[in-house]
Amino acid sequence: MRRRRPFTAKRGFTVWALLVYAFLYLPIAVVVIFAFNGPSPSSLAGFHGSNVCSMPPTKLGNVAVWNEFEPCWFSQGLHDSTYIPAIKTSLGIAAEAAVIATVLGLIAALALARMKRRWRIPFDILVYLTLVVPEIVIAVASLVFFVQARQNLGFFPPLGRSTILLGQIVFNASLAMLIIRARFVGMGDRLEEAAYDLGSGPVSTFRQVTLPRLMPAVVAAALLTFTFSFDDFVLPNFTNGTTNTWPIVLWSAVRFGITPAVNALATLMLLITAVFVFLTVIVLRRSRVVDPGDGGGLGSMLGLG
Amino acid sequence: MTQATADHASAAVTSEEIDVEFRAVTKRFGSLTAVSSVNLRVHKGEFLSLLGPSGCGKTTSLRMIAGFEQPDEGELLIGGRDVSGVPPYKRDVNTVFQQYALFPHMSILDNVAYGLKQRRVSKKERHQQAAEALELVRLVGRDTHRPSMLSGGQQQRVALARALVMNPRVLLLDEPLGALDLKLRKEMQIELKRIQDQVGITFIYVTHDQEEALSMSDRVAVMSNGVIEQLDEPRAIYDRPLTPFVADFIGDMNFIDGQVVEAADGGFAVDAGQGVVVRGRGDVARGRRVRVGIRPERMAAHPGGGDGRANSAPSEVVTKMYLGDQVQIVARLASGSEVIVREQRTSADPALDTINPGDQVAITWDEAAPHLLGDAPHAVEKETP
Repeated sequence: MRRRRPFTAKRGFTVWALLVYAFLYLPIAVVVIFAFNGPSPSSLAGFHGSNVCSMPPTKLGNVAVWNEFEPCWFSQGLHDSTYIPAIKTSLGIAAEAAVIATVLGLIAALALARMKRRWRIPFDILVYLTLVVPEIVIAVASLVFFVQARQNLGFFPPLGRSTILLGQIVFNASLAMLIIRARFVGMGDRLEEAAYDLGSGPVSTFRQVTLPRLMPAVVAAALLTFTFSFDDFVLPNFTNGTTNTWPIVLWSAVRFGITPAVNALATLMLLITAVFVFLTVIVLRRSRVVDPGDGGGLGSMLGLG
Repeated sequence: MTQATADHASAAVTSEEIDVEFRAVTKRFGSLTAVSSVNLRVHKGEFLSLLGPSGCGKTTSLRMIAGFEQPDEGELLIGGRDVSGVPPYKRDVNTVFQQYALFPHMSILDNVAYGLKQRRVSKKERHQQAAEALELVRLVGRDTHRPSMLSGGQQQRVALARALVMNPRVLLLDEPLGALDLKLRKEMQIELKRIQDQVGITFIYVTHDQEEALSMSDRVAVMSNGVIEQLDEPRAIYDRPLTPFVADFIGDMNFIDGQVVEAADGGFAVDAGQGVVVRGRGDVARGRRVRVGIRPERMAAHPGGGDGRANSAPSEVVTKMYLGDQVQIVARLASGSEVIVREQRTSADPALDTINPGDQVAITWDEAAPHLLGDAPHAVEKETP
């Protein structure tokens, strides 16, 4: 027979942690649930079409309470002419931002990790600044800068897709740099020394030893920067010109009321983000299994631990 | 300090037979001098150990040969050629690293073939050579495994094969057995010696384990504080330590300090106080305060008090221990310092068996036992372990 365990501090903390997580994630759960909400019974009574999801947002009645299960909002949302281009734009920008930021981050990580302290610290401060300065400040600054640059430099692109991309690369490159550098520093240089010792020059050592060993961090950085870029709202909202990203379209839709269609779009976005974060964790965990003793979890990768 | 010890043997050897030579090499890290004006000649085909406690400069010396560190002063020659400024990948030496440093993302065979690949040896050829090297270190049937799937001892063999397959002029080994357990370490010591005999490559072996150094090496360089204290064959290092450091570091040593009261005809007598007189062989000036060392196994204990003669010290037994094949007692001399006496248990009834803690005994030794170890330190006398 098992004895009942007493109520310990450890269990108390567990309960507390669960409460905190509930507080954080319940709103998200509500959004997901209400993405499947139907129109109010009174609206439904006056509706004679075949597809309830084709009803205009203003005629849905009270959708802040649960009415009935209605899954058609997802397909309805994706057929909307304003949403599809915005989704494509967001995916495209996120992919480009991820690739460019990861390459820049990789180069910066290699350079900074072996730089003298005197030089490294100012660079480090700049890198952390892009992450800790409130995004709205960076957004305003970017807007002013891009407008001025356009006016004074002929080749500079007007506000639009390119400026969204440029603005996002800044902090994403910092993020990628921190992830990659954490692994690079954790790796030490004994394997590089072993490669040199066996007659391998700097270039082939990088190609055959350093880069393959950095690969998990590089992939993780790419996945994570994709996610950060994809769901970014503040910066694109300032620097987008006439280009619409998915979060911007979503935000515009919210101004006309939180309808099940909006919830469905938000849910889709959440899904895409979750998939990428999940992939990131898998990549980092796998690299730890193959390579025990090197690097820590996501936290230490981000330089938090 | 005792750079004068040098190596007598190398004087007659021509430069063609010297694989590695240090000429007054100094290496500093900030304010710390890791290697201080070291001279060393490593002969072709020999097994030379750099032995010393951590921080003595042995690993720095090895890393300078490998090319990972550059000397601040002096010259370093490999095969008679000054290698200053030559990067590690252009030196004809290979290293077996302490933590193996195998490439975790490559198979065992690819790890061993890595160096040959850099030399642009064809795939078939390098895989064949790698397989032969793995056979030499007796690790067969693991070709496709990743390093993480192998035990420490097996990884060590891979690291060894990876360096040996390059057939370097000199193989550098940086405490390669440090991470293995005792039994495996003993096995690998024998293996290493066998392999070195078989391939005939010069081995430079860094270790802090005196037993390892003494059992495998042709010559041992004992290092301390960035200098070579003594460079000689293992037997000479043990039997004729030239400095207190070497005497203390290699094996156990009992120290007795005193004033030289007699010195004539290659013999001396040292008055250690409390009626203890040490007579031994060696040249030393009268009136000097010197330190004399006597190995525990060169001392004997006899029941009863002292008889007042030289090389006999009355003392009291403090502890007695059985060390498997040996018996050891610790005895306190009248001066208060303690000595260790050790006896091999070859006979059925060794003399120490009848002696117990609390007994009064006479500790004796013969005239060949005491080593002169230079001036006695002025500080409080170091207790023997």
